[in-house]
Amino acid sequence: MATATLSPTTISKAALFEAQAAKAGARRNRLLSLPALIIIGIFGVLPLLIICVYSFLVAAPYGGVQWHFSADAYLNFLFQRDIFDDTLQFTPDFLIIYLRSFLFAVVTTVICLLLGFPTAYFMATRPPAQRNWWVLMITIPFWSNLLVRTLAIMFIIRDEGLINNALIGLGVIDKPITMLYTNFAIQLGLLYAFLPFMVLPLYSSLEKLDFRLIEAGYDLYATRRQVLWRVIIPLSKPGIIAGCLLVFIPALGAYVTPLILGGGIHLMIGDLIAQQFGSGRNWPLGCAQALILMAAVLVALYFYVRNTSGKVQHG
Amino acid sequence: MNGDSDRVTAAQLPSRLACGDNQTGTHLPPRAGFLNGVIVPEQPGKNAIEVRGVRKVFGTGESQVAALDTVSVSIRENEFFTLLGPSGCGKTTLLRLIAGFDFPTAGEILLHGQDIAPLPPFKRPVNTVFQSYALFPHMTVAQNIGFGLEMLGKPKAEIEARVAQMLKLVKMEALKGRRTSQISGGQQQRVALARALAPQPKVLLLDEPLSALDYKLRKEMQIELKRLQHETGITFIFVTHDQEEALTMSDRIAVMSAGKILQVGSPRDIYDRPAERFVADFIGETNFLPGTVVSKKPGVATVKLGGDATINAGYPEGFEPSGEVTVVMRPEHADLVPDPSKGTITGTLSNIVYFGTDTHYYVKLDGGGDDFIVRHQNSRSSAVTYQTGAKVGIQFEEDAARVLKD
Repeated sequence: MATATLSPTTISKAALFEAQAAKAGARRNRLLSLPALIIIGIFGVLPLLIICVYSFLVAAPYGGVQWHFSADAYLNFLFQRDIFDDTLQFTPDFLIIYLRSFLFAVVTTVICLLLGFPTAYFMATRPPAQRNWWVLMITIPFWSNLLVRTLAIMFIIRDEGLINNALIGLGVIDKPITMLYTNFAIQLGLLYAFLPFMVLPLYSSLEKLDFRLIEAGYDLYATRRQVLWRVIIPLSKPGIIAGCLLVFIPALGAYVTPLILGGGIHLMIGDLIAQQFGSGRNWPLGCAQALILMAAVLVALYFYVRNTSGKVQHG
Repeated sequence: MNGDSDRVTAAQLPSRLACGDNQTGTHLPPRAGFLNGVIVPEQPGKNAIEVRGVRKVFGTGESQVAALDTVSVSIRENEFFTLLGPSGCGKTTLLRLIAGFDFPTAGEILLHGQDIAPLPPFKRPVNTVFQSYALFPHMTVAQNIGFGLEMLGKPKAEIEARVAQMLKLVKMEALKGRRTSQISGGQQQRVALARALAPQPKVLLLDEPLSALDYKLRKEMQIELKRLQHETGITFIFVTHDQEEALTMSDRIAVMSAGKILQVGSPRDIYDRPAERFVADFIGETNFLPGTVVSKKPGVATVKLGGDATINAGYPEGFEPSGEVTVVMRPEHADLVPDPSKGTITGTLSNIVYFGTDTHYYVKLDGGGDDFIVRHQNSRSSAVTYQTGAKVGIQFEEDAARVLKD
């Protein structure tokens, strides 16, 4: 009966109204994103443009820039201009710092993954009521400043620090082992700073894992190792990817940790760039280095995502 | 063993199901070292699984719960065996012990005479169809089916041939390249079956595999499961809480309650000759009549019911009825007569419910108690039509009524 009263025109009117409502909804949603877009525009895109422009200018003697176009900042990255005959000579100093930073970041990511995965798996297999406590424990370091925590590490590993005093007190060693201001110290600091960023995404991914799939794996003659490689790891891949990105990118640009624990002797990219804006007084070079870092990260990301996402075949 | 001559025995199985270079009679996973080199002769009637005095206790101290309380049962070769019971009766626990996901607190589980209770699941030639199917979402249908064989280290060609065969068996050839999330519930069910059957297990365990399907699909899959069991000749152990499913599909049923097996028997045994009140109540509809034992001959007790009715009722072996007892009777084992004087017990018709294939008559007994239900099959020419409020008699044959342990 009800259908008889619905003439074609009323139906089309209803459809029209629905379409209009949907369009209005979409407009409203766009409006909702406006504040975020404004913030990204002013504090993300605009500074990036400024950096881009500055990188092609000439450094002023006391900081700042002179408004003359020059690609010297990019040339300086790999070459040094001879002060006498103006020829370019290859100098790998910056490149070495970049490569070392990449190495630090890769090692940090790999070790964080190796330490973080069992930790996250342990957390995800606790009874639900306990899990939140474990998450809380992982996030406790975030309650205090990274600078303070890094200084604390310094006190632990320095020559008269906790570890050396304890080892000497126990008679294990006679002289303190020098740990502070070494590559080891930087690596330790990076691991400490970024481990939670690996554990949390891994945990959120493993927590959603259907543990009946693991039983199914065992049931189908897979050993523990095979279940890990064929079932658990493929299914937690989104967490692994997210964790690796969250550790690798900030570790590459780390500033505070290598500055304090490396003592300014073992530079990383972050320190190098900061130097150009401070004592180096070469803003264009700093801008160019920052952009080169960004480009390198984007290239690395592209290959990483292309190689991993093909295997992440989630339903 | 039942007399089905066309039933395929496991010894014939490799020629029908196995492919390529699989050696006859040793279609066992090579990793199952305890059976390596031992070709188990498979005569019909031999026990596939023997559960001996198995106890399973969960928790510790005060919160201890015995999920299984000293259970013993034998499951024969090539049998469709059902564990039936309400949720929490321990049927899934028993299945998980056989699969190896849990280990018994006490007792032995024998597979072809070898104790498998201490073995991890990946060393048992037993596969499971999970209630939730537990298909791997990161693999295709074909990869799912081939997973077990791959883990057993079978050659690639053999895996491919076997997967193709299994796809055909469950009629899923067209969807082999799909992800398991892209197929329907019924199709997932088929893939789960094929995946569990592909490694040719000695025993297939099915944990309420049909409970997630809608009614029509469930009926279809019941027939499909029977066909698969028949074609593969593999012993099926099927867990369900659905008594109808159990009755229609099983060769034998074990009825479980509160961690114990109450009765093991053919569907007809269980239905017609329930051993305990719980079994009679859980399976099918039953009338319960309270009464007092007056006298007793071997196998038959005379019971005085409420009012003045006295009836003869059988009782199971090993049970000595005396004093206050309950008599049970199936609604279709009783007959309604319009003349009350011709009935053994009498009452007034309180309700008539038409069910299509049959009609249920609710009789308020003169002796009191709950309404007694009589079920009549409907035919084209039902001789008598009854009206509610009419006085009626209820007739039954002597072996229809049984006195049972509460």
